[in-house]
This record gives sequence, C-alpha cells and structure tokens, in this order.
Amino acid sequence: MVEQLSPLEPVFRPGSYGNFVDGVGVTLSEIAPGSIVQLAAWPGEEKKLMATIGSVTGLKLADGAGAGASSERCSAFGFAPGKFLVSDASEGLATAFAGKVTAAIGTITDLSHGRTAIRIGGPKSEWVLAKLFAVDFSLTAFPVGSGISTTHHDVFTQIQRSGPDSFDLYVFRSFARSFWKMLCHASDEVGYEVR
Amino acid sequence: MLITCPYCGPRDVSEFAYQGDGNRTRPDPASTDAEAWSAYVYDRLNPAGIHNEIWQHAGGCRAHLAVVRDTLTHEIKSVRFAREHGAPPHGRRTSGAKA
Repeated sequence: MVEQLSPLEPVFRPGSYGNFVDGVGVTLSEIAPGSIVQLAAWPGEEKKLMATIGSVTGLKLADGAGAGASSERCSAFGFAPGKFLVSDASEGLATAFAGKVTAAIGTITDLSHGRTAIRIGGPKSEWVLAKLFAVDFSLTAFPVGSGISTTHHDVFTQIQRSGPDSFDLYVFRSFARSFWKMLCHASDEVGYEVR
Repeated sequence: MLITCPYCGPRDVSEFAYQGDGNRTRPDPASTDAEAWSAYVYDRLNPAGIHNEIWQHAGGCRAHLAVVRDTLTHEIKSVRFAREHGAPPHGRRTSGAKA
C-alpha cells in the first residue's frame, strides 16, 4: 500500500496552547485510521448493506437516520440515506468489503487517502464545535455513536460522536490543514492541548 | 430560516441549495413543441403564498427535497424527499430519535 502522509504535518505541534491556565478545555488529535471507506446501497438494499457492515466490522448498526457505532478498531455511521462511512485502524478495509458488497447491493469508495480524521475531546468540545456548525451537539439530539454530515463555510464535514464529550471529524484532505488551524483558533479561548 | 431535512433534521438554510420551482413538468424529450418547452423553461407562477419548490441539502446528506414554502412568511409547510410521493414524512429525525 502507498504510505499515508498527514496533511497536518507542517502545523501539527503537540503541546498546550491558548487560555489553558484554568485547565485544558479540549484536546485535539489526528486519528489517522488505516482505512476510510464510503459505502452506498441501491434503493431497497440498505438492510443488506448494513448487515454486511456488521459482518465485516463486528459493529451493530441500528435502523434510523445517522445511526452508528464504534469499537476499539472500527467505526461506522450513516451520513445520508443509504450511505455509510466506515473506518478501520488497519489498512485494507475496501478489500475486505470488495467481495461482500456486490454490484447488486451497492458501491464501495476507498477514501483512505481522501479524508483526514480529527478528534476533538474534552469538556468544551460541544462549545467549540457549536461555534463552527449550526447543529445541535447536545447528547440527546446527537447520541454517542451517531453521525451527521454538515458544512462549515463550504468545507464539507462528517462528524461522529465517539464519546459523551468526544467527536471525530472527517474532512477533505485538501481542506484539512486550514480546517485544523481554524479549529485551533476556535479552541483558543478554552485552552487546548494538541497530542 | 430552518429547513427540516427528512434525514438530517432541522438545519440552517445556508446548507441548502435552491433547485427551482417544483411545479414544472418537463415535456417529452422528443417533443418539438416550442411553446411547451418555452413554458417549461420560462413560465413561472411566482405566487405570493404557498409555493412548491425543489431544494438540495447540498451541505448535508445531498438529498433532493420537495419543500412547500410560504413566499410571504418563509414558513416551511412540509418537506419530503423529492423521489418520494404521497404524504411528506417530515420530522423523521427529531431530538433523541436516533440510536
């Protein structure tokens, strides 16, 4: 496989920044999963695709808009009708799906090199994200495991809630560096740690 | 203005792209009826009130939506997927309805 290079590399500097004297509000990190794959089902084939995602990743997806789940190794969530974003810590996820998502069920798009995954965690993560996206980030409207697709100034972003105060953001690789800088600026007032 | 996407829930209008009047019926592509094509391309009712519209949730799930909007008040009367017919299943994604 071609080695994956992070677009954040020139600006990624571990350490504490901003107004962190009273504690760090959020922690920013790059997840860098080995595989990111987009799966789409033809109309009427959604259930078969969800079952296939379950058999490959071991994740059980609930029925419903934006439903998702994650484990130590994998994560998956719906981001549009019949469409799912699935990631794996190791490479080769698209190959694992290749034999199982047949042409009659749907399509597979390998986005491993096309998306950058950023994790924001900490008590102020909802506060920081609410500055960027006009979306309700409360735990009732956006439960753990579920996902959404939204935009910030035309930068398309897919977000999965990975914990009560932790979110995984998938952005286009070409926008990732400027998005990261903006995320750092937005986190400045609450104090942030890069690691 | 908020549009309640059937998949994504209530979202700001900035995430949506207007795709035009939802009342138009495209003539048969083989038709050479110039008047019918002219009407399809140019004639609009431009009502002051309830209006059928097609929007795309371009900054979200990318679905095309059939929206009924009041052009006087901007009130959104109903939203459904453009590919679906019949009663609008809007409000499918409400607070805590997922998972």
